[in-house]
Amino acid sequence: MVGIGVGGWLAAGPLANPEAITVAPATASALATLGIESNGTLMPASIFGPEQLFTSNGLLFFVLGGFLVGFGTRYGGGCTSGHAIFGLSTLQWPSLVATVSFMAGGFIMVHVLFPFLIKLI
Amino acid sequence: MIAPCMSTLNQNNNSEKFTGGDDLSNFQSSRESWLGSNIKYLLAGLLTGVVFVKAEISSWYRIQEMFRFDSFHMYGVIGSAVFTAVVSVWLIKKFGTKTIQGEAVVLSDKKFHMGVVWGGLLFGFGWALTGACPGPLFAQITSGYPQIAVTLLSALAGTWTYGLLKEKLPH
Repeated sequence: MVGIGVGGWLAAGPLANPEAITVAPATASALATLGIESNGTLMPASIFGPEQLFTSNGLLFFVLGGFLVGFGTRYGGGCTSGHAIFGLSTLQWPSLVATVSFMAGGFIMVHVLFPFLIKLI
Repeated sequence: MIAPCMSTLNQNNNSEKFTGGDDLSNFQSSRESWLGSNIKYLLAGLLTGVVFVKAEISSWYRIQEMFRFDSFHMYGVIGSAVFTAVVSVWLIKKFGTKTIQGEAVVLSDKKFHMGVVWGGLLFGFGWALTGACPGPLFAQITSGYPQIAVTLLSALAGTWTYGLLKEKLPH
């Protein structure tokens, strides 16, 4: 965990990519209709900016999102690396089920729940 | 802890001690120094963290693109990771590679229970919201977004709540 932290810092600082992140045009326009900007950073400031912490954005994206990541990982017995990468590479069928569930959850959130939730907050 | 992700790589040469299960931490029979045991994880983590940010795996936008089928980026990243893992596991098995401590590498099987389905769905919801799975969460914090520490604390609360409700949940 410390290693990932230091690595992330190195990659964002001394090893940073000088070019801005280009988001796929289709995603950028879909996000724009939801009022979320794509301005070349890793994360949208209108959702993840520090000033958003104590707003309904913070409650949804930081608190609920984080909770689901932690709870789901334990309940499902692994996350992307454990199931999708390691499990699939060793041909374990429970990991295939888990990967399909991860993707299904993401699709449902992005396409069904997200447009609804973003109007709510 | 938050990421039992890599726990399938159990290291052990004593079959009696081996308990299996998908939630087992790295098992090692012999003792080693605190520094010796942690420095290898530090180095592996360091490389992982650099990859998370440089490959933009820790970017919220890349996760959105993936779930909208608008970009090949994340599918390429995950696909190459699976390919590398297949080759690595094949090499470990072919050459009977031992751990640093000279112990055999034991790969435990993932066991199926309904939690894989329901937990997987909930994880997917969280992944789409935060743009991070447990590993990249740490990289988000140090790559310019210290406020993501709140997400991390909330994820820890999630793992803790799972422990609390474990007996009552369908498995």
